[in-house]
Amino acid sequence: MDEPGRDPAADLMVDGNAVAGTLMGVFGEEVTTMPGQCAHCGTVNMIGGLHAYVRGPGIVLRCPVCHGVVIRAVERGEATYVDAQGMRYLRFRQTTVTGG
Amino acid sequence: MPRPIEWQLGTVTGIQTETPTVRSFTLGLPEWLGHRAGQHVDIRLTAEDGYSVERSYSIASEPELAGQLEITVERIPNGEVSPFLHDVVVEGDRLEVRGPIGGYFVWETSLGGPLLLVAGGSGVVPLMAMLRHRARAGATIPTRLLFSSRGPDEIIYRDELDRLAGHGDGLEVAYTLTRQQPPGWTGYSRRIDDRMLDEVLRPLGSGARTYICGPTALVETAANALLRLGLPADRIRTERFGPTGT
Repeated sequence: MDEPGRDPAADLMVDGNAVAGTLMGVFGEEVTTMPGQCAHCGTVNMIGGLHAYVRGPGIVLRCPVCHGVVIRAVERGEATYVDAQGMRYLRFRQTTVTGG
Repeated sequence: MPRPIEWQLGTVTGIQTETPTVRSFTLGLPEWLGHRAGQHVDIRLTAEDGYSVERSYSIASEPELAGQLEITVERIPNGEVSPFLHDVVVEGDRLEVRGPIGGYFVWETSLGGPLLLVAGGSGVVPLMAMLRHRARAGATIPTRLLFSSRGPDEIIYRDELDRLAGHGDGLEVAYTLTRQQPPGWTGYSRRIDDRMLDEVLRPLGSGARTYICGPTALVETAANALLRLGLPADRIRTERFGPTGT
């Protein structure tokens, strides 16, 4: 834990899975198994497998391969601001619309 | 039926002490949609002045239990939620719950095996849901749990794990105690390392579906070691707790 040279933030990292509740509130569906492509290195990761930093004022999700920032989300009042410019795409499942 | 992102009220119907710092809470949730082993719930506490705080807790119970679930919570001394759950909540109290959440760190018998589970401290909780589900389904999928705790009094679910491992249905449990070992201890006595993982993984082969849960440093160590041992990255699922724990 206290190795010299080790990034002190490394131990604070959790998985995208840990912020699944907040993300579900943003996207309106379960997203941890949703694939998305990192705009920095091109790796396709599931959201649940991203590295998540949650101790700041918002959520920062980084690519587990290149550590580039892929998604940032900040709650402010009743709104959540999402910056996903580090994601080339996110693949949403098509929802079947039923009557009623 | 409430959607997973909507808060619902659960009634505390049972509280069980697991270790000096860990307790399990059974919540009655009449409108619960059901969950899959490995998923978690968010618990929200709201003060009279409107200040609210929420935390995620892994579900410990198997999906086969209808209308209720169990969470197992470690008391974090300076935490905002866990000391309240440990010191204030009594049976009959109601808590705000939403979920089930997360489809990533999930295992069910239909996914098959062999299954390797690696836990540090309260990281065993979602893995326990998987083992309870496996037992309830009567599955004989070859399964090994490597469970790291600090000392003998801190092994969560020890009696139940020993009982499940005694069924002879393909489950083996290996313990490691990192700080304090009782006299005559025959398990491992060090932090999880490459050699330990090699010994535990070997009988399962390098195609084992692997779930690692615990403090971030332990998860990093175990995941990197298993990659070095030849396990493909897409067979490894991790859930990191952050800096607390073992």
